[in-house]
Amino acid sequence: MDRRQERELETARKTAMAALSLAPVDELKRLCAAAGISGEAEMLRGPETGLVSVRGRIGGGGAPFNFGEATVTRATVRLPSGEIGHSYALGRDKDKARLSAITDALWQNADRRADIEEKVIAPLRAAQAEADATSRAETAATKVDFFTMVRGED
Amino acid sequence: MYVAVKGGEAAIANAHRLLADRRRGDRSVPSLRIEQIVEQLALGVDRVMSEGSLYDRELAALAIMQSRGDLIEAIFLVRAYRTTLPRFGYTRPIDTAAMQVERRVSATYKDLPGGQLLGATFDYTHRLLDPELATDAEVATPEQREGDGQRMARVSEILAHEGLIEADGELPEDHLTGDITREPLEFPMERDIRLQALSRGDEGFLLALGYSTQRGYGRSHPFVGEVRIGEVELELDVPELPFPISLGRIRVTECQMVNQFKGSAKAPPQFTRGYGLVFGQSERKAMAMSLCDRALRAGELGEDITAPAQDEEFVISHSDNVQATGFVEHLKLPHYVDFQAELDLVRRMRGEHEKRQATDQTETREAAE
Repeated sequence: MDRRQERELETARKTAMAALSLAPVDELKRLCAAAGISGEAEMLRGPETGLVSVRGRIGGGGAPFNFGEATVTRATVRLPSGEIGHSYALGRDKDKARLSAITDALWQNADRRADIEEKVIAPLRAAQAEADATSRAETAATKVDFFTMVRGED
Repeated sequence: MYVAVKGGEAAIANAHRLLADRRRGDRSVPSLRIEQIVEQLALGVDRVMSEGSLYDRELAALAIMQSRGDLIEAIFLVRAYRTTLPRFGYTRPIDTAAMQVERRVSATYKDLPGGQLLGATFDYTHRLLDPELATDAEVATPEQREGDGQRMARVSEILAHEGLIEADGELPEDHLTGDITREPLEFPMERDIRLQALSRGDEGFLLALGYSTQRGYGRSHPFVGEVRIGEVELELDVPELPFPISLGRIRVTECQMVNQFKGSAKAPPQFTRGYGLVFGQSERKAMAMSLCDRALRAGELGEDITAPAQDEEFVISHSDNVQATGFVEHLKLPHYVDFQAELDLVRRMRGEHEKRQATDQTETREAAE
């Protein structure tokens, strides 16, 4: 695999992991069950809950500052076939962390990747895109359309 | 000699049992569920997350339930909880220009790109109580309209083109971002640490201070350049992955306050800025924070420090409501021994005072005779 392919694969894995971290746990469980993903894996780390310190930037784009913390749960698993998967997501859901890590591990198996993408990642992405589109459309309906009233004669 | 007085275990246990009963209230009324608090008291949850300095809706809702709706008590519970967890790291700074915007208004530009989006706001409501809410009436689904979905540049980027507004706040290259959860407060402090303290500061305290600047105590001629509310993605660099991993999204409120500034020996006439950034939907807090941030930059901008809101040590030392309530409320705990000592002291002083007065009177009388 050359460097370009490696980067493309990294990007694909990054976006797949992002879809997993945003997933509602019930939806993730349903999709994993439907895709035949079993919970069988060796836990190498966690699932464990901790904190991240959240950073913003002064004025929006200036120097970083810490403005609070958030709960995050992470897990690392090893499949019987050897792949190691990781997960990190906001919140304290340990089932979600474990399932996400297993899904990430399976995703790294080239034979399973297309299947996981199709049955788990794509539906999660579609559901999130739809929710975002609805939220955007609801916000757009509250946009102010200014008009000018001309009073009196010149 | 020190004598320890014990007792009160049974009273305390029974008091806590009574508290649990009163918290639950009338058993014929259904108990609250965490989801109900998260969904229907969302802004209270946001305040607890912001001042508890921990983003976790369910935990904040649990804290509100446990504290019977006493938000400062809930904030205290959340702060105590966070000390039990390990720290995984610092996220990459959020990009508020890439926000999934739910509300965005500017008081300085009518026609800014992306427009004025009111979102779910109390503004322009008539503040009349609505008895219908108590009847569980059906609520209409929101109207929808095709949006352009374009990236909404921050208003400061628009003003920056003319060069009449200062840039986003930069700190020296070699400056390490401060963290008040790791190092004790030291004065004077850099703006990054001040902003961290303000972001978790008490809304009421910051609101009053912001208000005081508007009324003339450290006047700064503020305009809301922009307030925006929405979701931003969090990313974390971790050693096990070659890319920053997305943790999901959080909702934040950002306020860009724009202030007229006539210039000083240190800076030319221009618009200066105050910045507010808080967890959740909390416009009042973000606005108050940005007013305080600007007021506290008086020294940096060469302004005279004349008002309480400009006094960094005063503002930052008293903005944390967990510290404040701890110190105020500890006064009700037993101080029997301290008070006995004080009582002895006052008795002795009173005795001496009366003796002195008696002597003075005798002397005055003798002198008059």
